[in-house]
Parts: sequence; C-alpha cells; structure tokens
Amino acid sequence: MTRNDKSPGGRGATVITVRGLVKHYGGTRALDGVDLEVGEGTVLGVLGPNGAGKTTLVRILSTLIVPDSGTATVAGYDAVRQPRQLRRVIGLTGQYASVDEKLSGRENLYLIGRLLDLSGRTARRRADELLERFSLTEAARRPAHTYSGGMRRRLDLAASMIGQPAVLYLDEPTTGLDPRTRNEVWSEVRRMVGDGVTVLLTTQYMEEAEQLAGELTVMDRGRIIAGGRIDELKARVGGRTLRIRPSDPLQLRPTAAALDEFGLTGHGRAGVDTESGTVLVPILSDDQLTAVVGALSARGVALSSISTELPSLDEVFLSLTGHRAGVAEDPAPALEEVAV
Amino acid sequence: MTTALLTRSAAAEGRIGLRAHARHTGALVRRNLLWIRQDPESMFDAVLMPIVFTLLFVFVFGGAIAGKGNQDAYVGYVVPGLMAMMGMNLAMGVGTGFNQDFQSGVMDRFRSLPIARSSVLIAKIVVEIGRMLVATAILLAVGFLLGLSVASVPGLFAAIGLALVFGSSIMWIFLTMGVTMKNAQAIQGMGFLVLMPLQFGSSIFAPTSSMPGWLQAFTDYNPLSSLADAARGLMNGGAPIAHDVLVTLVWSVVITLVMAPVAIHKFRTKS
Repeated sequence: MTRNDKSPGGRGATVITVRGLVKHYGGTRALDGVDLEVGEGTVLGVLGPNGAGKTTLVRILSTLIVPDSGTATVAGYDAVRQPRQLRRVIGLTGQYASVDEKLSGRENLYLIGRLLDLSGRTARRRADELLERFSLTEAARRPAHTYSGGMRRRLDLAASMIGQPAVLYLDEPTTGLDPRTRNEVWSEVRRMVGDGVTVLLTTQYMEEAEQLAGELTVMDRGRIIAGGRIDELKARVGGRTLRIRPSDPLQLRPTAAALDEFGLTGHGRAGVDTESGTVLVPILSDDQLTAVVGALSARGVALSSISTELPSLDEVFLSLTGHRAGVAEDPAPALEEVAV
Repeated sequence: MTTALLTRSAAAEGRIGLRAHARHTGALVRRNLLWIRQDPESMFDAVLMPIVFTLLFVFVFGGAIAGKGNQDAYVGYVVPGLMAMMGMNLAMGVGTGFNQDFQSGVMDRFRSLPIARSSVLIAKIVVEIGRMLVATAILLAVGFLLGLSVASVPGLFAAIGLALVFGSSIMWIFLTMGVTMKNAQAIQGMGFLVLMPLQFGSSIFAPTSSMPGWLQAFTDYNPLSSLADAARGLMNGGAPIAHDVLVTLVWSVVITLVMAPVAIHKFRTKS
C-alpha cells in the first residue's frame, strides 16, 4: 500500500503509482520505463502524440494488458496480481466510445449496472439518474448507433460512472469531437472531478490538458519527457498568445509599434504575421486583453478580431525535446474569438 | 447474515462467486437477446436455414438417393442429419459475431469490469443454444410437413439434446477463432473450408456404403457421422445406437475440455 505517500502536489494520498513500466509490441517499445504518480482527487493529464504510449499505459492500468516489467498499483491494488480487485475501483472511457451500438442508451447503462452487481431496480434507477445528468433522457430509448458523436461520448462517460469509481481513465475523451461537443464533455469531466474522482486523462491537446488537469506528464516514444504543474510547464514551453487582427491590414505595423510602446509585449517585441494579417503578443497577465484593447483604442486602431491561442502539441514538443512530435497536429484552435 | 458476509469477503478478495457469475451471464444473455429484438434479421439464418436445406435436400437429392417417389423415406434419413449440420453452421456464426463484437470498444469495457471474463463467452453460447433450438423446431416442423415420422418421442428429445451438446462444443472452437482471427470474413472462409468436407464427408446426407474405402475410413471417424447416426437411431428406432451416442459424447466432452479453456484464455489475454 502506498496510501501514506504524498502526491507530488501534496494534496493527499497517492492513488495511482507506476514504476518502471515497460511494454513491447514486437520490436517496438510502447512503454520504455514509465514512472508516475497521481494524487487522490487530482487530474493528471498525459500529453503526447499518437504512438507515445498513452493508450498502452491506460490499458495496463485497466488490466486489459499485462506489462513486460515494472509495477502499477491503483488504490493499493497491483494491476498484475490483483486485477479483479482493481477493476472494482476504476472506470474506463476509451478512445473509441465503448458502448454497445445496438442497445439503447438506457439498456447500455442498465447492463453495466447489472454487471457491477447492482440489483435490477438500483441499476434502472442509476441508469435514469445518469441519463438525466448527461442530458440523454430524451434519447434514452434509441439505439446508440443513432447517437451523434458527442452523445455517444457522453453515454460512454455515463457508463464509466455507474460503479461510482474512485479512479477514472479518460483516454483521449474528445478526439474527433467538434468544439461545442468537446466543451460539453469537458464540463462533465469537471463535474466528476468535483465529486472527488481521481482522473488520469490522456490527450493530444495542450488546451484540453490545461482545461482539465492540474498536473501534466508529457510522453514521447514510450518515455516521460517532462512533468509537473501545468503552469510550470507552460512557463517552460511558452504560455498563451494574443492574436490581434486590425481591420485595416495597413495598420499592422502601427499596431505592433503601439503595443511595444505601451509595454505590453514583455521582453520581446510584438510579432507581426503579415501572411494572416495579425499581430501576436504574449499574454503576461489576466488583464492583458483589457490593456491591449485600451492601448489600441487610445491610438484609434480599429480591430476586426482578437483571439487567444495556446501552444500546440508540436510547439510544446519542440520546446521540451527539440524535435517535433511524431505526427503533425493542428495547432490548438482559438479559445475565444472576440469580434470587436 | 452468513451469505452476505461470504459474498462480501469473496468480493474483497476479488473472486467471483457462482451466483454472481450466473447473474453476469444472465445480464449478457439479455444483451444478446436485445440485439435480436433490435435486429430481427439476425435470426434469418436460424429460421431460413432449416427450411431451405430441408426442401433442397429432400427434393433435389431425395429422389436420387432413395429412389423416385421415395422422398418420404429420405426425409426420415436427412432430418436427423440436418440437425447435426445446422449445429455446425450456427456455431460458425458465434465466431463471426464475436469477432465483430471485438471491433467495437465494448469488449474493452466488459474486460475492465469486475466480472469473470468467461461469462461473456458463456452468454454467447447460451444464446446460440437458444437459436439452435429455434432452428431445430423449424426443421422438425418442415420435416413433419414433408412426412417425417418419429418412432420414439423421448428418442427425439435425446437426439435434440445430443445435437445441442455437440454443437455447443464446436462453438468453443469458433469462439477461439473469433478472438484470435483478424476478421469475420477470415473465420467464415476458414470455417467453410473445414466444415464442408466434414459435413459432406459424413453420413449426414447419404449412407456411406457407396463411398470408396479410403473415404469410408474418414467418414467412420468423422464425429458428424456418429452424431447423425445416433440422432437417426434415436428418432427412428431400430438400429443400435449406444456406440454412436458414446462416440458423440466423448468428442463433445474432449472438444469442450480442450477448447473452452483455450477460448477463455485467449479472451483474457487478448491485447
């Protein structure tokens, strides 16, 4: 038992402990000596490109596969020697929605409830509660294959929550979802965390990690290459950027000059991106947006839009490892587009 | 209470008790039955196969085998044989269906739940035995319409039971293939390649006496011959059946004892 260990964040007992985990698939090392800890009630984000080993890690922690060497304990249970006990405390939401497409949403949840030893009546009640909570009541009786991508993902999350797990694995929960649906899933995850669930979240998006996780582990080619609190890591990889688009493209350079003059660009100078007709400045404080808008309105610069941007996975990798991630990822989309 | 305490301590150790196992299997059987309700076409094979095959064999081959106008006699010969054959074809369906199940993520969810993993497989077999019963009932109905007469009703039920026992042992082979092979088409291709010679190289459709000696050597040891002959003897009476019944049961037990652990192990360790 490792219950007395303090998590790195010092927020409580360690729930997930991974030591020297190795897993080969043929000649490739999917995991090459991974160590990590997740404290009770915290969210650990595991960031990495495809093939980094994120899913392999989750599958070992879910007892779906056995590691070649190393140990993994969840809530004090060893993933190899005590898989059945371990399965009682976890919930899993896979990369691909793992619901039965032919069953209705309600039947899916009822089935999982029965498999988790709830009585018929309790399973039915729990299914209805979760359908309500995940806004699926109207679609409850329709087969899951008629659901939209976001509904399916929500049903999947609901299915993971039936057993009221202490530990929840979210393996790329929003990959392939549109921004609106992604926000829905995020708010559900936040609610679960609010209930005290410990979460291990894998993602390819820096933005998702920032939205949900307190701590971040960055994986590449089966190894952990960086880890720590999100804000620390962000400081290392560069934080958010403000992208400003003047209405008149000729105003690009005057805009940049004004921002330099007002001291809103930190140590550097405002970046001018002539191709997209925008000016870039780092976000240094919470009132940066207000300050920028104030400075530009004082100079009479008309703006068509301002948006905030996070570093993409590629940029994170570039700054942490000096090489690009295995796959080219789209930069994280703009968080909020403010039409002015 | 003692039972509650016992279950709780078993749960703490992670073992799954017999009653919990039965409950989990029941929940999974229900899932498969809901599939049928959702997709009634999935019953077409079990419903149509006995009709099509019986009509086909009685009217196309019946005259040639039993003599023109003697189709009635052939009905009594081929219906017990078809009972044996259908079990094989439906068993193959378990494998392909199970394989398709794996393509979706739902198997990962089942395997990450605190249930005995064998309950997923046993549920499949229970449902398939139900489908075999439906197919057998239709086969007999068609047979009776075509003039089938049964000498012994207990014998008929014994024959059905024997076909189900042998059929379910074959399901473990196909479940293993369902877990290990890449896709449903591969299983189907492989299945037909093995099943066709086994089915036609047996006494299912025609007496083996006209076959060349080397082929008879094969058909004599083909368990489908034993099953067909045993079912025939049980339903029609007359012929001695003890040996064929015994051979069929031994095959069933051996196949199950070997293949069920293999299937469960493959399912457990599939990555």
